[in-house]
Amino acid sequence: MTIIAQQLILGVLIGGLYGLAAAGLSLVFGVMRVLNVAHGELIMLGGYGAFWLATLLGVDPFASLLLVIPGSLLLGALLYWGLFGFVVRAHEETRVKNSLLIGFGLALALHALAVRLWTADERSIPTSYSGAVLTVGDLAIPLVRLATLAFALLLIGALQLLLSRWRWGKAIRATAEDWQAALLTGIDIRRAYLLAFALGTALAGAAGTLVTVAYSVSPSIGLEWTLKALIVVVLAGLGSMIGTFIGGLVLGVAEAASAATFGGPYREIIGLVIFVVVLAVRPRGLFGR
Amino acid sequence: MLEITGLEAGYGDVRAVSGVTLSIAAGEIVALLGPNGAGKSTLLNCVAGLVRPWAGAIHWDGEDLRALDTHLVIERGVALVPEGRRLFGGMTVQENLELGAFAARVWADRRAALDRVFALFPVLAERRRTPVQALSGGQQQMVAVGRALMASPRLLMLDEPSLGLAPRLVDTILKALDAINRAGVAVFLVEQNVPAALSLAHRGYLLEGGRIVGEGSGAALLADAHVRRAYLGPLAVRTENAP
Repeated sequence: MTIIAQQLILGVLIGGLYGLAAAGLSLVFGVMRVLNVAHGELIMLGGYGAFWLATLLGVDPFASLLLVIPGSLLLGALLYWGLFGFVVRAHEETRVKNSLLIGFGLALALHALAVRLWTADERSIPTSYSGAVLTVGDLAIPLVRLATLAFALLLIGALQLLLSRWRWGKAIRATAEDWQAALLTGIDIRRAYLLAFALGTALAGAAGTLVTVAYSVSPSIGLEWTLKALIVVVLAGLGSMIGTFIGGLVLGVAEAASAATFGGPYREIIGLVIFVVVLAVRPRGLFGR
Repeated sequence: MLEITGLEAGYGDVRAVSGVTLSIAAGEIVALLGPNGAGKSTLLNCVAGLVRPWAGAIHWDGEDLRALDTHLVIERGVALVPEGRRLFGGMTVQENLELGAFAARVWADRRAALDRVFALFPVLAERRRTPVQALSGGQQQMVAVGRALMASPRLLMLDEPSLGLAPRLVDTILKALDAINRAGVAVFLVEQNVPAALSLAHRGYLLEGGRIVGEGSGAALLADAHVRRAYLGPLAVRTENAP
């Protein structure tokens, strides 16, 4: 019983990062109708950003968020101007197809770049508090992973606030709901697209930092994280960032439960089962409009 | 104020508007009448920059609107209430209205604009925190008109505002349009409800098959035999012929 409870706690802890990873993908897809399959590679880059800041400059990995997030925002803006900005000119139905091509190309390029810069080795960021554990009864909660969950929740909350209060945040939501109506209210929707893509990239960078400090990073983690994020987006549906976060927790717990019940290899399968079942039973997702 | 000359537009290979020339002066109410598929919506969408015309010119205070993106057309003082309202369903009445004032020219004054809309449609003030998808059709149409007004336009274009509304609500909307016009806003009204449109409009154009086939004052069009036969139905013709 204790072992299962312990597994479920670890599931919740990684689930927060699934939620954060999915929030960026959901924002970009919801607003631009563009599926960025290189989202996991952007997470990977954020991880290496934190890794570099820690090893070269000795920056604490949590503090490095203050640099990784603005850096990712800028990277997102550059990627929009250089690549994805061309996709949104296309008709809505051809957008997803074109974005898949661009996304796969970008994913391959970023993977090769990461191998070149950081080798194919797995890296992590050791800190003085890495081994700290919070003990509750028989359960051990790793403090760093608990902190990543708190940071993930904080960032999702900040995003939610930005989307509901900021003038351009409202513009992003309006564009996601109906881009023609958004145009008619005087919104420059290209700018809303740019901001959504930059914010999505910033969320990916932040998620990558937290993944690297709590787990590890290597050039090949991208596809896995894109897949997890995609499962959460399908599970939660579009339109609610809090819903996406909860969807991440659900996936984390479901993975832990399936690993505890059927054995380790089933961890990866449950996500795909959820994917198929949600699409069959409730295609708009748990919290989707 | 608005001058459209020789406008040609369509979708793919299908021509929807051919050689349309019309104009709207400051402070006017102009109706554009015609059957389904006559090209009325295409014409409005061309002015708003949602559809790129094939040929012809659209001048607004001397500036060619064809080169401008929609958000810049709104910035210039033209607003469109689109067919089917196109509200942001998940947002509240107030959020929808405030987004209507997104243009930089009006954003700072959105509180005052909101008060003007609430004065025009008091029921919206009561329901300001309600998600618009929970409103009745008539109230949703009020939000749609209000959202366009939030941009403080000098020309308000409306695409079928009475569609699907009960007669009493059509009356409310028309009264509001009259009040808006008295405040100095020109109104360009696309309608299938011809008696309603012509009771309000100073002038009207008839659009059939993408071409202007008639124009005149509201009263003249109401009396026109073709208009009566085609748009007001056999009842109106019979009344005309009655002894």
